Amino acid sequence: MGVDRRDFLKIAGFGALVGLGGKAIEILAPGELEASTENIPLTKGKRWSMVIDIRKCLEKQEKDGCKECIIACHREHNVPDWGNPKHEVKWVWQDSYEHVFPGQPNEYIEDGIRHKPVIMMCNHCVNPPCVRVCPTQATFKREEDGIVSMDMHRCIGCRFCMAACPYGSRSFNWGNPRKAPKDLNPDFPTNRTYPERSMGVVEKCNFCVELVTKGELPACVQACDKIKVHALNFGDLADPESNVRKLLRKRYSIRRKPELGTEPNIFYII
Amino acid sequence: MLERAIKGTQGYWWWLIFLLGLMGIGFGCYLYQFFEGLKITGMSRDVSWGLYIGQLTYFVGVAASGVMVVLPCYLHDYKAFGRITILGEFLAVASIVMCGLFVIVDLGNLPRMINIMIYPNPSSILFWDMIVLNVYMLLNLIIGWNVLEAERKGTHYQKWIKILIYISIPWAFSIHTVTAFLYAGLPGRHYWLTAIMAARFLSSAFCAGPALLILLCLIVRKVSKFDPGKEQIRTLAVIVTYAMIMNVFFFLLEVFTAFYSQIPGHMHPIVFLFKGLEGHGNLVPWMWMATVLAIVSLILLIVPATRRNEGILAVACAILIVATWIDKGLGLIVGGFTPNPFETVTEYWPTTPEMLITIGIWATGFFILTILYKIVVSVKEEVAA
Amino acid sequence: MYDGGKIITGLIIGIGLFLSPFFYNAGKVAKAPDPELTEKAKEAKECVASKPYMKAWHMQLLDEWRDEAVRDGERYYSTDRKTWEMPLGKRLMYELRGFIADDGKKDKKPKIGKVYLKSLQVTCMDCHSNKSKFCDECHNYVGVTPYCWDCHIEPEEKK
Repeated sequence: MGVDRRDFLKIAGFGALVGLGGKAIEILAPGELEASTENIPLTKGKRWSMVIDIRKCLEKQEKDGCKECIIACHREHNVPDWGNPKHEVKWVWQDSYEHVFPGQPNEYIEDGIRHKPVIMMCNHCVNPPCVRVCPTQATFKREEDGIVSMDMHRCIGCRFCMAACPYGSRSFNWGNPRKAPKDLNPDFPTNRTYPERSMGVVEKCNFCVELVTKGELPACVQACDKIKVHALNFGDLADPESNVRKLLRKRYSIRRKPELGTEPNIFYII
Repeated sequence: MLERAIKGTQGYWWWLIFLLGLMGIGFGCYLYQFFEGLKITGMSRDVSWGLYIGQLTYFVGVAASGVMVVLPCYLHDYKAFGRITILGEFLAVASIVMCGLFVIVDLGNLPRMINIMIYPNPSSILFWDMIVLNVYMLLNLIIGWNVLEAERKGTHYQKWIKILIYISIPWAFSIHTVTAFLYAGLPGRHYWLTAIMAARFLSSAFCAGPALLILLCLIVRKVSKFDPGKEQIRTLAVIVTYAMIMNVFFFLLEVFTAFYSQIPGHMHPIVFLFKGLEGHGNLVPWMWMATVLAIVSLILLIVPATRRNEGILAVACAILIVATWIDKGLGLIVGGFTPNPFETVTEYWPTTPEMLITIGIWATGFFILTILYKIVVSVKEEVAA
Repeated sequence: MYDGGKIITGLIIGIGLFLSPFFYNAGKVAKAPDPELTEKAKEAKECVASKPYMKAWHMQLLDEWRDEAVRDGERYYSTDRKTWEMPLGKRLMYELRGFIADDGKKDKKPKIGKVYLKSLQVTCMDCHSNKSKFCDECHNYVGVTPYCWDCHIEPEEKK
């Protein structure tokens, strides 16, 4: 581009806030709006993470098998349903406790957790193996806020990242999403403001980077808040007074496969 | 020298036409895959690499084995191998072409293949693999062609070829080491996360490749007037024997580490491959067949009487190739992905289109090999006359 | 000529195949592209950049946008910069070819105009929602099929 990118960013960001009406600044504290116009982009210096309260989630699941976060995410991002576990594409999904934390086998774990469904998604690791192995840098870690992002324009579909990810967070488009079975995807695409994917690229949870940079919460968090369960807590780990840090100080938390050194950013309060 | 490839017997032309037929079928299936997507293969979200990448791995090994003929000849003055280095080099060229084709058919988005060159990521082993494999192919092509040309003219090859030859020796080791690094550095795959991955790859390469070379030498002797030589085949057989001993030994080392430590993550992939896990065991008969074949071939190779009998040697080499192919071309990949990160099992078996594409690529490799060997043989026959 | 019959036959077939597109289209006149603007587009007066610029450079603009938005996190774009802030060589070429907008005075400090989200689907297609009568008009004439639409959702059009 031309001249002085920094000035452009400042002005564009301010103009964006003014032009877009400063929508839903839920993740910035009061007074932070003025401060944030100095720190364009909005998410600079943050380390986005999520604290999942398993108890709250399970409580709701016992009542009605809630899957609101999964549905919200897949609707927001036009994720197709192939109806076939071999080819499924999933950004957020659930599996039993033993499968989510296989490194902690415990035959005698309490009944409230044993075999119970736990939500999982991409961990947006601080030290992501997938970013290390991608031959085209199609998956990359954003410097400003640590989100591990996918560049769908560049992915060549080699699936090395899928082999590298120790958490199984990534899905491949084995077929063209537009040709997914119509009976399972009646109103595809579900979100006309967000693109679909072509066949032959890898995708995964992106922490709703397109929403987060506008000041909104990720779709799954919004869905969980809407039904007043508040099991998903999204916040800035770099800020000692943020909601996530406060939760982590108070309650015991674990992460998936921490021994691998990936430093996952999804914490589970059990 | 290429014109020598268009003069041949009827058998030669029928063989080429047969290969072209297989290539055509493979290409047709590939077009189907190109338009429908990789969902027509047996791969899944859990086992996201399959036959194609397994074949890539196997044939990188076969390519690396060219060094087993070049090294004794150029570094240790074993002049006898000077007769057949060209066969090893051209086998390497054909193998690397096959490797490249296997990568191409495995890519989800082929038109973007150039992205790896215009947006390179030096921390990615795939980037380095691409570089070392292509350079190795060029090295072997240039060396082989020039040495053969010089032989035809009755002169000595130019001095700069010698430098390339010396480079190609460690380079051969590097190609298979880098390919092993693709697997050995991934934190979530316990079957692959072992320091001896590169050693295992090299040892299986150095038995499978020369074994194939022995078979090719025997075929060349049969269909032409060029005889690679009894002594050469004998020495190659000794190399195959030692390499296979190491290969089996390294595998047993893995088994020991897994089962003596009793760590589930280490044991489960091997249990899946040899016994079945959680009710899934479609590879069990194959792995046991590979084991039996490996043992039989090892016995036939170790006993000098059977090793020196060229007929039995041919059988031993053939079953060794099958055994190593099952272990590396199939078991390695699926074992790495099984069980998945959630400790469940998803089975993998290649579909028919997938197999036909693979056969088509094998046919392409053999097509190139046949043409190159035809040139070699006609030059050697001419020089001998 | 040795084998003359075969050569001449081969030549006729070969040249015939080579010229076949011309024979196929002989006598037909391909309609010149005539892209239509929607009401919304007409009201907006100007696009994210001037019309001559967009006509020549929308491909490059989108290419730069997609990398800036996805990879660099710069998701917002403001008008009036594009014609000014381009590198000197490009600007010279523009002036020579008369692409610069009317008030192209270099020493005038550019006003920051509207701010747009860099998005083909959300921004561009918001005004140009008649893809088949706008985008496709020229694309079909020139015979290009941009693969953007493999992923980016085309706006729904009333048939």
